[in-house]
Amino acid sequence: MSGQVRVVAPGLLTTVQDRGRFGYQDVGVPDAGALDRVALALANALVGNPLDMAALEILAHGPVLEVVSAPVRFALVGGAGCTVESDSGSVVLGPGRSIRLRPGERLRVNALGPFNCACLAVQGGFDVPTVLGSASTFIRNRFGGLQGRALQAGDLLDALGDAAGEHGEWALPQAFEAELDRPIRVVFGPQDDYFTEETRAAFLREPYTISPQADRMGYRLEGAKLAHSKGYDIVSDGIVPGCVQVPGSGQPIVLLSDAQTTGGYPKIATVISADLPLIGRRRAGGAIQFAAVTQSEAENIRRADATRIARLIEGLQPVVDGARLDQKALYGGNLVDGVVSALE
Amino acid sequence: MRETERVRFLPAGDGALVVDFGNRVDRRLSARVLDLSARVRGLGLDGLVTTLPTFRSLMVRYDPLKLSGESLTHTIRTLLDDLGEAQGMQKLWRVPVCYAPEFAPDLAEVAERAGLEPDDVVGIHSGTQFHVYMVGFLPGFPYLGDLPEQLHLPRRKDPRVRVPAGSVAIAISLTAIYAVESPGGWHLIGATPIRLFDPGWARPSLFAPGDQLRFDPVTAAEYESIRASVEAGRYAVPCEEIAA
Repeated sequence: MSGQVRVVAPGLLTTVQDRGRFGYQDVGVPDAGALDRVALALANALVGNPLDMAALEILAHGPVLEVVSAPVRFALVGGAGCTVESDSGSVVLGPGRSIRLRPGERLRVNALGPFNCACLAVQGGFDVPTVLGSASTFIRNRFGGLQGRALQAGDLLDALGDAAGEHGEWALPQAFEAELDRPIRVVFGPQDDYFTEETRAAFLREPYTISPQADRMGYRLEGAKLAHSKGYDIVSDGIVPGCVQVPGSGQPIVLLSDAQTTGGYPKIATVISADLPLIGRRRAGGAIQFAAVTQSEAENIRRADATRIARLIEGLQPVVDGARLDQKALYGGNLVDGVVSALE
Repeated sequence: MRETERVRFLPAGDGALVVDFGNRVDRRLSARVLDLSARVRGLGLDGLVTTLPTFRSLMVRYDPLKLSGESLTHTIRTLLDDLGEAQGMQKLWRVPVCYAPEFAPDLAEVAERAGLEPDDVVGIHSGTQFHVYMVGFLPGFPYLGDLPEQLHLPRRKDPRVRVPAGSVAIAISLTAIYAVESPGGWHLIGATPIRLFDPGWARPSLFAPGDQLRFDPVTAAEYESIRASVEAGRYAVPCEEIAA
């Protein structure tokens, strides 16, 4: 018998997301997928899943979930933790660890603290259909995930596989930080030639703030106006998440997972893949300072980042918290195998 | 001039390269973009994520843990000769469109601004064979050209908040069909009852870049009858293979 999760309260925008949907961009289908692919990988690792399995992405305000039928193991990465509520009282747990809940127990994802988003994985993954190769929810066209929409109160989500066993819990070896102060690195282009040298320098020098118009499609930024040197209309060109497009207003927009696939504004720069998760972690009102690297530097940074994530996963620690620890059944061997085979 | 001299390789971060052919809407340029897309896909490179052809460029997406922009640039440069000169087969679609006033809120205004009768606009639009330059922005949304010059108009000053799915629209040198309801600033001159996009189809978009398309005028009664067939899953959009 596998576990089941009932949505008691859905949170502000809780959706099923995996790494995204690739291969249909030529017919206008956006990537979708988790804003923070690192949180997704780590949450999956904590419950022993392949790293790119679909999990719940939580934005701004978390859900309350109740376990029904059989035990379910969860792991939350990002955010500020959760509260486990049962008949015998409630326990507050930090993020970055796994926890097994029995039927009748509730997991309340607490306010996300400094984070914009968090990922909640369950052992075995969620039983949702794959649409065009991905379980990611694309709300605008209403497909993927759970009926193409965000979770609602009363929804039932099945966990795949057997009920979670009592084999002990795992935690990240170090705190998972939002890294709100780190500069966001970009590669100039593809249309940086639509801006003067001075405008490109200002783009790196001036601080930007994420405006309230920030969602899974992209963040409108507020800050120094970026003047175009030869107009702001281009014949439409391809878009990839991370592109920083500059419309006529001169206020840049960082495009994210649900962005349209093509657009007619010049793109001054593109956020590097290693730093894209950092953008997703920042919310409206947050600061962004850009820094430039070359494409080949960005590729090196990404390789180093993949190594860093692999080390974090290899270094997962068993949790010692009394009542919930079962020392007989630590499953480190399986976990590490899973990581190696699923390593991006 | 050799192809390689006219093409620019532009980075879009560390996961995509833009092979740029020029800032214009042009059939010969489009043929080169589409040919390059097929050639790049044909390489079967490990780490190649996908390609995205647009009017002007080919975006090539790659996994930076498996490929580098530099090696990909080098590989793609070897593919640039004689682009767009192959004569393959193409699909020619015949899309039923009702141009009756209740389906065409902007037809009268378009006709007036072009100094034509509405029937002339319909005659020109349905008498032109269009090329699918790209499918994008929104899922399944085809950008079609070229619209005869008499019908060229800038986009509407006040974009509509909601354009119904199936609306057939024109702007500048292009025409398009709204695959799903969305906001839009183009002039609506008709509507089709066919479905353009379904995530349940193996190829989710009816049209692919490079397809050819003609609009066949139908009456409001025919529109309703086709719509009923579409909803019952009994309608196939007429399509034939033609020589390019």
